[in-house]
Amino acid sequence: MTAFSEDQTERYSRHIILPEVGGEGQRRLLAARVLIVGAGGLGSPVGLYLAAAGVGMIGVVDSDVVELSNLQRQVLHGTADVGRPKCLSAKEAMEGVNPDVHVFVHNLRLTSENALDLVRLYDVVVDGSDNFPTRYLVNDACVLAGRPLSHAGVLRFEGQVTTIVPGRGPCYRCLYPDAPPPGAVPSCQEAGILGATAGVVGSIQAVEVLKLILGIDGCLVGRLLVCDTRAMTFQQVPVARQPDCVVCGDEARITELIAYEEFCQMTPRRMASQEVAP
Amino acid sequence: MRPMGRRPDVSIDLRGNPCPLNWVKAKLRLEEMRPGMLLEVIVDDGRPAENVPRSAELEGHKVLQATALGDRVSLLIERA
Repeated sequence: MTAFSEDQTERYSRHIILPEVGGEGQRRLLAARVLIVGAGGLGSPVGLYLAAAGVGMIGVVDSDVVELSNLQRQVLHGTADVGRPKCLSAKEAMEGVNPDVHVFVHNLRLTSENALDLVRLYDVVVDGSDNFPTRYLVNDACVLAGRPLSHAGVLRFEGQVTTIVPGRGPCYRCLYPDAPPPGAVPSCQEAGILGATAGVVGSIQAVEVLKLILGIDGCLVGRLLVCDTRAMTFQQVPVARQPDCVVCGDEARITELIAYEEFCQMTPRRMASQEVAP
Repeated sequence: MRPMGRRPDVSIDLRGNPCPLNWVKAKLRLEEMRPGMLLEVIVDDGRPAENVPRSAELEGHKVLQATALGDRVSLLIERA
């Protein structure tokens, strides 16, 4: 067991005081590996809070560069970062918060070819992506690799968040077996997003990740938390695991990653007549 | 006098450490000890002497004795 330095004792003092964390929990955080998919509106608060909490190894997957229109909500990046890869500014911001943290840069698009290998390097995964193909890809990769996943989405003043622990509860496909028809759900680019709303929902994801690492009960497993920050209401919807789920069900058909762009082009009716093949 | 003449298993001097850092350091030592072992903590009189025993008891440890020694206080804590 490694002793905390004087600086670490002081830095993590408010964690160590918590009966649910203590020195033992803080050591677990320092040894934990978390992968954040998307260094955007959700990934920013997640990344900053996990870095501040002393999560020792944090991977960031993003292939975009910072745009001026990101800065209204993506608090990992600053004005001077416009035009730079998001991964790099994320790394600098997170390591700037806490020198105990090592950020691994994955400046790439998550694909069916690389997702499983990447997810297997980490203990917990955070989905902060902004599109349906990536959401299904991250879900399937986590189910196949047996990695817990914090899923969230935000739009306008609203957000939803749930925690997926393969083998212990439903997955994203149990909740949404089919992707919405292309164009049916507007993006933040089309419909807008209140920056601070992404902060609220991303912060909830950060709490869930810390609880998963610390082994604290009460995660959003089997529950979808739906929040409307305009009316400021939070509701939870129970979600059951579906025995016929194509990826986590009893006779799962998806046993390796598939073509997600194509899957998300399919409507439910076409799905029924088409085999979901890798 | 120590209760039943028990000697502390570990003793740490946390004078000069402000609240709550003194308790944080005491707690880290307690975590390394086995249940039932005794930790002696020396703290400054005043707020530390009030706060550290309260924090220890909140976490279920027993504060067996507090002995004033001039401007410092010796606390004898039994690990839960």
